[in-house]
Amino acid sequence: MTEERFSFTASAKKTIMIIGLIGIVLLVIGTISSMSGGHAEEGEHATNNLTEHVESTDQSTHGEAEAHEAGEEGHHGSATWLKRIYSNLWVNNIYFTGLAIIGLFFVAIHYVSQAGWSAGINRIPLAMAHWLPIAGILMIATWFMVKGDVFHWTHASLYAEHGGDHLIQGKAAYWYWPLESGTFPLFYLLRLVLFFALWVMFFRWIKKEMLSEDIDGDVKHWYKAKKLSIIFLLIFAFSSSIAAWDWIMSIDPHWKSTLIGWYVFASWWVSGLAGITFIVVLLKQRGYLKVVNANHLHDLGKYIFAFSIFWTYLWFAQFLLIYYANIPEESVYFVQRINASQYSWVFFLNLILNFLFPFLLFMTRDAKRHMSMLKVVCPIVLVGHWFDFYLMVTPSVMKFEGTFGFVEIGMAMMFLAAFMFIALSSLAKMPLIAKNDPMLEESLHHNI
Amino acid sequence: MESNKNFVLGIYNDEDVLLSAIKQVRDSGIKIHEVYSPFPVHGIDEALGYKRTRLPIAAFLFGLLGTTLALTMQIWMLGYDWPMIIGGKNFISFAPFIPVTFELTVLISALGMVATFMIVSDLKPYKKPRLMDIRITDDKHVMAVDLAKNNITKEDIKKVIQGSGASEVNDKNF
Repeated sequence: MTEERFSFTASAKKTIMIIGLIGIVLLVIGTISSMSGGHAEEGEHATNNLTEHVESTDQSTHGEAEAHEAGEEGHHGSATWLKRIYSNLWVNNIYFTGLAIIGLFFVAIHYVSQAGWSAGINRIPLAMAHWLPIAGILMIATWFMVKGDVFHWTHASLYAEHGGDHLIQGKAAYWYWPLESGTFPLFYLLRLVLFFALWVMFFRWIKKEMLSEDIDGDVKHWYKAKKLSIIFLLIFAFSSSIAAWDWIMSIDPHWKSTLIGWYVFASWWVSGLAGITFIVVLLKQRGYLKVVNANHLHDLGKYIFAFSIFWTYLWFAQFLLIYYANIPEESVYFVQRINASQYSWVFFLNLILNFLFPFLLFMTRDAKRHMSMLKVVCPIVLVGHWFDFYLMVTPSVMKFEGTFGFVEIGMAMMFLAAFMFIALSSLAKMPLIAKNDPMLEESLHHNI
Repeated sequence: MESNKNFVLGIYNDEDVLLSAIKQVRDSGIKIHEVYSPFPVHGIDEALGYKRTRLPIAAFLFGLLGTTLALTMQIWMLGYDWPMIIGGKNFISFAPFIPVTFELTVLISALGMVATFMIVSDLKPYKKPRLMDIRITDDKHVMAVDLAKNNITKEDIKKVIQGSGASEVNDKNF
């Protein structure tokens, strides 16, 4: 088997640069227009606050907090345009962290299950995982930038003895332990740093085994990578769930869903699978990855099909229970998203893009085996799950001020360009095929 | 009981030999009636030139039937026949109907698929199986050629099968 290498050509770099530049331009245009529109919206802003206030008095606990915030702090955080940027930064951080960590998760789970078919493509998820260290730095830096606007629970006044918010106070230890509530969220940040440190460490260890296998061809690397993968999966099972509570559920500190960990994981997993498949298809169309044939594409397609349904299952499980139980603190989450005109279209679009399209388009066998169809469905799923994260974060942060426009598209394109640049340049640095992988032979004869 | 069914059987010890034998036999213009093997052999469907099963179409149609049945049943029961207020929701509210709809879709689809499969492959109770050779239940692969479906003489067929690596060539009449 000849060694195959991906070369990150100048034209590919140029395309990515152009995507990034368009993103920056859109972001600037969007920001300027929302800044200049900011003054005109002041009046509207006030009335919106009022409606929100009226709604929230229905729910005594929530009303208490809102009244307190409006009264004592007297402001609603940063200007709308800035808040919008913050909320977008957070959405994209989480989404692209997901793509990266799923790259590692994909590799790990195929080691643990001793899968043979994926041996020919496992360099692509590995390349995607190279975004992880950057994602970690971005996440921590962004957190400090956005905390006041995105994370309501960081406001120290909530923890005051009188007029505080007793629901949030009850959760204080989860954020502030061992320090005093309302000071510095040490426990929260420790988790953030710890998760990224663990993920990056395991990524580097597994990568090291995979690459040294190329050089000396010793099977012991495969066994070592498998052992590391087992430990990583155990860690990831807990950390992905807790990360979802920390990074997404704590944006709504009054709201709780016991399913959110799985839900976020499912969303990450499907978007990661769609990302891997999309890169495989693009590479294959450019003449790379000769070991990949319709059987491998079929498996990837089945993954996307199956886990789109899995995501929908979790989406529905979360929705139905909240809808049926109708507890104000819980149902406010969906009320915010269905009743507000700026989000209701995203709410339904989310289901159409992430369930209806993959379900109907991928139902037949042929659809999953042909690159033309994969090339249609993968981007739909990728965009769809971006909207999923948008819908998890933005309505909670922006309330009635949220919009979708140039800022959102531009920021996502910037992140996409950066992510692709890192992923593809690291893919170019290693052999595209793990030529000494003991499972490669099985992958070559994969037939379903 | 049908009679006058005459087959030539090629018996193979190895599935790789079998796969290349299928190709040789088909290339020489002989139509293969069926190949029997004790375990699934990868690539045998392609080698025999079988068209893919249309069972998924049946599954989809039965699934649609299940969805329709489930929704009609629930809308009629809870909306018209015996309206009940549950959790303050509308009589006909879509979300709570989904679990039942999902389950019935899966159930009808699965049962329908089994029934279709049984009918298409002529599996019915008290059917006497036509066993070409008892050893297909153990360790031998058997290729059966129906003499009535081929215009080639029996001797020529036997020669081709023998030449393709069969360990034995037998006759079988029903």
